[in-house]
Amino acid sequence: MRSASASDKTAVRRGRRTPLFVWRVLLLVGAFAAWYALTSLGVLPAFFFGRPLVVLGRVWDWFSSGKIYPHLAVTLVETVLAFAIGTLLGVAAGLWLGLSPTASALLDPYIKAANAMPRVILAPIFAVWFGLGIASKVALGITLVFFIVFFNVFQGVREVSPVVLASVRMLGATRRQLLRHVYLPSATSWVFSSLHISVGMAFVGAVVGEYLGSAAGVGYLILQAEGTFDIDSVFAGILVLTAFALLLDFAVTRAERHLLTWHPRAAADER
Amino acid sequence: MTPATAAVLALDGIGVEWPGSAPGAPGYVAVEDVSLSVGRGEFLSVVGPTGCGKSTLLNVAAGLLAPSSGAVLVAGERLSGLNRRAGYLFQADALMPWRNARENVEAGLIFAGVEPEQAHRRADEWLRRVGLSGFGDRYPHQLSGGMRKRVALAQVLILEPEILLMDEPFAALDVQTRQLMENELLELWSAERRSVVFITHDLEEAISLSDRIVLLSAAPRTRPIGEFPIDLPRPRDVAEIRLTPRFLELHGRIWAALRAEVLKAYAVSQRLG
Ligand SMILES: Nc1ncnc2c1ncn2[C@@H]1O[C@H](COP(=O)(O)OP(=O)(O)OP(=O)(O)O)[C@@H](O)[C@H]1O
Ligand SMILES: [Mg+2]
Repeated sequence: MRSASASDKTAVRRGRRTPLFVWRVLLLVGAFAAWYALTSLGVLPAFFFGRPLVVLGRVWDWFSSGKIYPHLAVTLVETVLAFAIGTLLGVAAGLWLGLSPTASALLDPYIKAANAMPRVILAPIFAVWFGLGIASKVALGITLVFFIVFFNVFQGVREVSPVVLASVRMLGATRRQLLRHVYLPSATSWVFSSLHISVGMAFVGAVVGEYLGSAAGVGYLILQAEGTFDIDSVFAGILVLTAFALLLDFAVTRAERHLLTWHPRAAADER
Repeated sequence: MTPATAAVLALDGIGVEWPGSAPGAPGYVAVEDVSLSVGRGEFLSVVGPTGCGKSTLLNVAAGLLAPSSGAVLVAGERLSGLNRRAGYLFQADALMPWRNARENVEAGLIFAGVEPEQAHRRADEWLRRVGLSGFGDRYPHQLSGGMRKRVALAQVLILEPEILLMDEPFAALDVQTRQLMENELLELWSAERRSVVFITHDLEEAISLSDRIVLLSAAPRTRPIGEFPIDLPRPRDVAEIRLTPRFLELHGRIWAALRAEVLKAYAVSQRLG
């Protein structure tokens, strides 16, 4: 009885899901078809809008010739480094300021100002400081990731349940043990809630950095294509970047499920 | 045996005043001049209408809250800082949600520097004693409310505190689970005779568990208004003892004293609301 109703349910769900998936694919195909029709009929100038078949061919070329891999690798390394370093700094600063009212009161206006500043504008400065290699892109990514993580950890520290805190203190925890067993895990769950955004930001930092001046990376490919008015390669680069971002997001989702087993919400998603 | 000499924990003239909403506004005096004491191995219940300051008093006894006046004496010595001889079972859920049941239970041992392996073993032993063997790997959100309370109980008892402070620990449980837990508590307590301060607003629970009951007046300016020794025989079964004539007699007497205070508290909340 129960198993029958359970399989009914999956059948219903599958019945609903398949058309949705089909619709999504159709939407994509439709968009490509419209793009193709408009550019080949001359409604939109192909010089500015590219030709979809050539764009897809370009993507195919890149992957089959292997030309894209070194660039993807560079962009990936920049993203991962910016994410890791930015998160580390953000957690450290968030814990420190969250636990020290004096320091946070002192630094408050400056943090607000630094966060409000459009930090992409720092890219040229980083290029001057760190050269055109990986370091300047990582630095830009760090400034983007840092604030997201910082604010989340800061909030997390402030919102640790006072009852859990009192209870752990009554169990005899020292200040350091409180940090390790209460503040850090609590902050971590907040870091995870912003993981998708911060990984995305690390990626943005890498690509924008490359775009504004570099010698390698997917952003560099796009920059180069733009320089020769090769609009098809620009679109191909954008397609690759989008697919790459989706893959990163997928990886983050997997990591999240693995690391947050204790979390009611994450655990419920798994089901 | 006078309380002054035998008291493990004593509140001496405790007053707590919360600051007013605006600077310069008069504060809110939650409790005023409260003195009570718990003897060694004694099970004391504190009963009072809701909002009268029971949790506040317990926080003072635990050293989590500094009183505005008066002193806390632990084994005759004035308390400053946290009360290291006390274990505290909170009214709200206080388990670490990011640690599973076993890790929660062993936390106090780990803090004290006990070898992880040994802490592990003792935690499993305590989980068994509270009827949760096999649940060590579950996270708090995967346990029922009653199970979480048991884990919390094991978490506190594993440190073998001399004084056990309990703040309406079973208030959120259904009647059956609650009676089970009460009996378990009595069994654990009778094995090792810790001193217990048990807070509740449920008079029947208080009578069936305690050696002595202290009644608190309604807020504000809460103070003790009566003290009742409970001379029911032990060991007790909390469900059965409620049917004995002596229980009903005690209940009638204490309830008469408490009723007036409950009505007063209700009237105050009506006026405020
Ligand atoms: N942090 C606080 N700041 C100001 N007032 C407070 C604070 N904590 C408690 N109070 C007030 O002190 C009084 C006593 O609160 P307390 O939590 O001790 O009541 P209680 O007797 O434990 O109630 P209950 O039975 O509902 O748990 C209440 O009127 C409450 O509004
Ligand atoms: Mg309370």
